[in-house]
Amino acid sequence: MKLVTAIIKPFKLDVVREALSDIGVHGMTVTEVKGFGRQKGHSELYRGAEYVVDFLPKTKVEIAVSEAQLDTVVEAISKAANSSKIGDGKIFVSNLEQVVRIRTGETGDQAL
Amino acid sequence: MEENLYHLQYAMDTFYFLVCGALVMWMAAGFSMLESGLVRAKNTTEILTKNVALFSIACIMYMLCGYSIMYGGEVFLSGIADVDSAAVLGEFAEREDGFTGGSIYSGAADFFFQVVFVATAMSIVSGAVAERMKLWAFLLFAVVMTGFIYPMEGSWTWNGDAVFGLYSLGDLGFSDFAGSGIVHMAGAAAALAGVLLLGPRKGKYGPNGEINAITGANLPLATLGTFILWMGWFGFNGGSVLKLGDIANANSVAMVFLNTNTAAAGGLVAALATARLLFGKADLTMALNGALAGLVAITAEPSTPTALGATLIGAVGGVLVVFSIIALDKLKIDDPVGAISVHGTVGIFGLLVVPLTNSDSTFVGQIVGGLTIFVWVFGVSLIVWALIKLVMGIRVSEEEEYEGVDLAECGMEAYPEFTHK
Repeated sequence: MKLVTAIIKPFKLDVVREALSDIGVHGMTVTEVKGFGRQKGHSELYRGAEYVVDFLPKTKVEIAVSEAQLDTVVEAISKAANSSKIGDGKIFVSNLEQVVRIRTGETGDQAL
Repeated sequence: MEENLYHLQYAMDTFYFLVCGALVMWMAAGFSMLESGLVRAKNTTEILTKNVALFSIACIMYMLCGYSIMYGGEVFLSGIADVDSAAVLGEFAEREDGFTGGSIYSGAADFFFQVVFVATAMSIVSGAVAERMKLWAFLLFAVVMTGFIYPMEGSWTWNGDAVFGLYSLGDLGFSDFAGSGIVHMAGAAAALAGVLLLGPRKGKYGPNGEINAITGANLPLATLGTFILWMGWFGFNGGSVLKLGDIANANSVAMVFLNTNTAAAGGLVAALATARLLFGKADLTMALNGALAGLVAITAEPSTPTALGATLIGAVGGVLVVFSIIALDKLKIDDPVGAISVHGTVGIFGLLVVPLTNSDSTFVGQIVGGLTIFVWVFGVSLIVWALIKLVMGIRVSEEEEYEGVDLAECGMEAYPEFTHK
């Protein structure tokens, strides 16, 4: 099992959610986060003086998937979240050792 | 029959004064909202406290001694309610030009109209020294400003007294209709003296000459405040016609309302366009300052310019204010709301354009008058601020400034659920 963590532009969240639903992903966790990468911050103006916003708002989407689903999920997110502009975000994939569905006690792939 | 008309004219002009005074009083709400919108959230309660307290102090000090210093009469306004109707009717009968002659109205209404102008002058100071000045040092200054500094220069201008018995501004051709210089530039001069002794907010200017932005917490409030000031200004300028009750004066009042409004509009559009050209963005706070600059610019003479002329005067004020704000920042004179630029720089401009449309005034008179007001208010304010600084200090500690003066001075926050330090 794998944990897919995608950092995306906030306005892309709906498109990403729809794309994942279409390929049969039934659950995800979404968090509002701030950070910077290559895009760095950006500068704004107030009364003629510039100021820099270092940490930009982003959305973090976490999805637990089976090995079989992994490639289609990563591809769906990459496609949906892509605006071809700097700051589109990143997708991290990590190993997931165990999953438990609390209500039934199911574990592993059964719990996904 | 004629006597009845005099009764009515007296009542109408008194009523006009009172309504205009109430409009000007409402400008205190405008300043409160404008300033609380342009400071950071952690300094909101304190700036509101300053605004309500300074208004009240101004009202009390002007009643105690300010009005009698400025216009003569008894201290504590004793005797202001003693009006002998027969004597007033006698004044009407002897008045030159009869029914269309000078305005005769209640003395108490005159006080009420004048007292709200003092509060306006003092309101200008609070914005410039915001976010770092001690509350009680500021209020102590308000006592001196509204009870002595402003009434003195007011007596030389609107009351026509000679300046320390030396020269008369009226004889030199000085004219300031509703107070571009007497109220606005005077307030800015007192503010400038305070800011010079106070220093900039921590973090405003970097060690290598950077000018950092410290963004206002609530632009809807700043916008509401500007609209309230804009509305109150109709009383400020309109009431300064001093009379409503005949055809010529009623027309003059209407023209003053029209010109005041159009000058504000001209100032706003000009400042908005200037900011867009200079910074590449439409800066709302500059546009708001532009509307106020237009109003200040037209205040020295709102009755004689044409409507187009008034719009242009306001527009020049709107351009001036943007450049003045940038220039003051370069000089490291930190004015969070732009009060010194709006009321000072543009106040001077307002005085200087009067002779273009009013042939009774002269450039020499305007320059000497402007200088007299500035030197007096700035000089005495500097001494008073310095004395207060010596005795009790005028600036909060660095830690209190970081935590916000709301907690340090008032012990409460304006938005307790989400305050960003």
